Amino acid sequence: MQGSFEYFLDQLINGLTLGAIYGLIAIGYTMVYGIIGMINFAHGEIFMIGAFISLIAFLLLGLADVTWVPLAILLVLVVAMVLTPLYGWALERVAYRPLRGSPRLAALITAIGMSIFLQNYVQLLQGARNKPIQPVIKGGVELMRAKVEGAPDYVVSLSYLQMLIVVLFGFFIVVFTIVITRTALGRQQRACEQDMGMAALLGINVDRTISLTFVMGAALAAVASIIFLMRYGAIDFFIGFLAGIKAFTAAVLGGIGSIPGAMLGGLLIGLIEAFWSGYFTVEYKDVAAFSILVLVLIFRPTGLLGKPDIEKV
Amino acid sequence: MALAASTRMQAPVERRPFDWPSALKEAGAVAFVMLGLTVLMVGIEVRDVPGGLALIGRYDDVAFASLFGFLGRIAIALLREQRPQPVVAICVPLALILLFILLSQNTLAFLAGIGLDLGAEFAKTMQAVKLALPFKSLVVMWIVLIVIVGFTIWGLRAMSAPRRAAASGEKSVKATQDGHKPLVQRISIFLAPALIVFAVAMPLLATPFGQRWFSFLPAVDLQVMDIAVLVVTYIMLGWGLNIVVGLAGLLDLGYVAFYAVGAYSFALLATHPEVVAWSQAVFGSSFGFWICLPFAGLMAATAGVLLGFPVLRLRGDYLAIVTLGFGEMVRIILLNWYSLTKGPDGLGGIPRPSFFGYPFTASPPEGVTSFHDLFGLEFESIHRVIFLYYIILVMALVTNLFTLRIRKLPVGRAWEALREDEIACRSLGINPTNTKLTAFGIGAMFGGFAGAFFATRQSFISPESFTFIESAVILAIVVLGGMGSQVGVVLAAILLIGMPEIFRDLQQFRMLAFGAAMVLIMLWRPSGLLAHREPTIKLFGKRSARRAEEAS
Repeated sequence: MQGSFEYFLDQLINGLTLGAIYGLIAIGYTMVYGIIGMINFAHGEIFMIGAFISLIAFLLLGLADVTWVPLAILLVLVVAMVLTPLYGWALERVAYRPLRGSPRLAALITAIGMSIFLQNYVQLLQGARNKPIQPVIKGGVELMRAKVEGAPDYVVSLSYLQMLIVVLFGFFIVVFTIVITRTALGRQQRACEQDMGMAALLGINVDRTISLTFVMGAALAAVASIIFLMRYGAIDFFIGFLAGIKAFTAAVLGGIGSIPGAMLGGLLIGLIEAFWSGYFTVEYKDVAAFSILVLVLIFRPTGLLGKPDIEKV
Repeated sequence: MALAASTRMQAPVERRPFDWPSALKEAGAVAFVMLGLTVLMVGIEVRDVPGGLALIGRYDDVAFASLFGFLGRIAIALLREQRPQPVVAICVPLALILLFILLSQNTLAFLAGIGLDLGAEFAKTMQAVKLALPFKSLVVMWIVLIVIVGFTIWGLRAMSAPRRAAASGEKSVKATQDGHKPLVQRISIFLAPALIVFAVAMPLLATPFGQRWFSFLPAVDLQVMDIAVLVVTYIMLGWGLNIVVGLAGLLDLGYVAFYAVGAYSFALLATHPEVVAWSQAVFGSSFGFWICLPFAGLMAATAGVLLGFPVLRLRGDYLAIVTLGFGEMVRIILLNWYSLTKGPDGLGGIPRPSFFGYPFTASPPEGVTSFHDLFGLEFESIHRVIFLYYIILVMALVTNLFTLRIRKLPVGRAWEALREDEIACRSLGINPTNTKLTAFGIGAMFGGFAGAFFATRQSFISPESFTFIESAVILAIVVLGGMGSQVGVVLAAILLIGMPEIFRDLQQFRMLAFGAAMVLIMLWRPSGLLAHREPTIKLFGKRSARRAEEAS
């Protein structure tokens, strides 16, 4: 069974949908790193808060009898993408902005502190138990069918949910890329990334640009959290930790600071995990992801698409 | 009311009037953000009920949060404009009332304890007041209280600021910042020996002798000693990590991996059936703590070198994620390698250390003298804890001494040089990889020692004890203490580990407060409590500077 093409295809689809989640979160890490050179450890918690906001929004819509699924998903997207970035913004304002220009480790510690704080904040407010949700989208298209002797057929199907995930991922990546490459805001962000002091001299509001970077990262994390909620159907206050670590690994794998790298890294980590769990052992999938990260970094110390930074003396 | 108070104030110099419109505008914006932050997360609770999830509204909390954000922003504006009096005037009584309500049960018990019983009626009234408050979730109350206290402190500082400024003359902020360094060093000279003397003498307070002569000090019981053991364990871990982070400047987010390797090495050497059978056959007894300790350190150091070898070429942040990944990998392996580590069930029955062969048990097996029999004492479980305390204290002090001495050796100087400028080091012929590797390995070794101690103290270990949060806490101790400062680590460990243990009553708020405290301390002192990153040895030290003066 494991040798068949159908099985491979199944893992590929799984890996891509998982990779979409990691990729969307990873962009938040890589953008923040690109601009202010810090690891935003609390980004995983922003993702987790996004998942809770989406869950509550879904349940509210259920109460309000909004049963047409596309409308419901659209509304949840809007709500989550408006409310989650507020947390990103507040995080930057409270914990990072006062420390700009301080030793870099200081911001790392506040990030870890905020991460602990937000986890416990959600645990206190919403309880520690796992919150399951009914599947929002059911059904799918059958792609392939393999005969298995003495067992039911092995069916490879592409569910509507998976299609939606790919569409969402693609759509937001395109929108995001346009924002970064074509708009004034994107230009300001790239300017800040290159040289913050110079950008400020040229009249760019650096504080505002950095805030908006956090807002954009959090909005993409909100999209990822909706995907996560629909795909796994259950969330708790601890999901942000593992997702955050994986996404950060993805960002580093792709070359931290590089946005295409984050997307690529996210997809790669998703694929590695899916194939490793499919062909080897589920338990060691995280070990596999980290091992591949180490291997890549040994041969390409700046990640897959990262630019080597030249240190001038 | 705030307006009246601020206009009544007699300003010594001409001041521009308080800009109310802009303050109100900003306060409105903050209130709006607070509304957005809380409208779903706080406003609606998802509760699991049989057959699905139920939504429970808490809109009063949302309204309150917005109001609080609004008033808070105005208070900040007033404080920034040097008008602290109205803020303090409102905050102090409010803080007292809130604190009293929040702690009403404990407070009443305390008052009853000192002979001021207010009666059950009053307790009932307090409970009613508590429930009648506009916000019912205790989190909000605590946050409010903390913020109000913060405002009060800020306001009081602002009120005394002109006086302090007058006292210290025309000292600029820069000057006071630079002034910290000699202060820190002056403090360290006295503080370090004082802390050591206190640490050594503390268990005496638990003995009858100590209780008789130092009865004015708070009694030291089993619980306090347990906390002390924990704090010293973290101090040792902090000092171990300080070698890696503070001296060599390598950001290690997976230090707990070495702690785990040490703990499991010791546990396996002492309890694994095959090892036990072999040691029984060869030495006639199974391995105890003292024999395993060096092995645990060695294993951890080996793990450090093995990890460090491929990854130490990486730049700071890449190193951070790889070490983080390594920490997770070790935990996952421990969790899944069931045949060796018993996975999530953990390893139990780890031998406890004995006092030179005399165990700390109430009823020792036949032919074995226990500790209390040896000294003719009554059996008390605190004896064992005090013994553990001295073990970890000695281990920690050895770590400290080692660090202090190795800083003066060529390799220690190379670490500090590497931290300051890697390229300059390369050009001077220092091999960065090997130098970093020694720091990593030695740091890991001390982590392993601490891990072995942890295993023997708990006598049961499972992967649950070695999560990322532990690494984060140890790193926070190092950074909060002020990178490279040994005394700073002690202060930070007492603050971060000791305080939450003392406030264990707060239960679920403990970790919330812990996270908030990490953020607030860092915002307060961005370079750590005792920050001084002086190279241990200077090219032009005091003596050469004096000589240069004489020559000129």
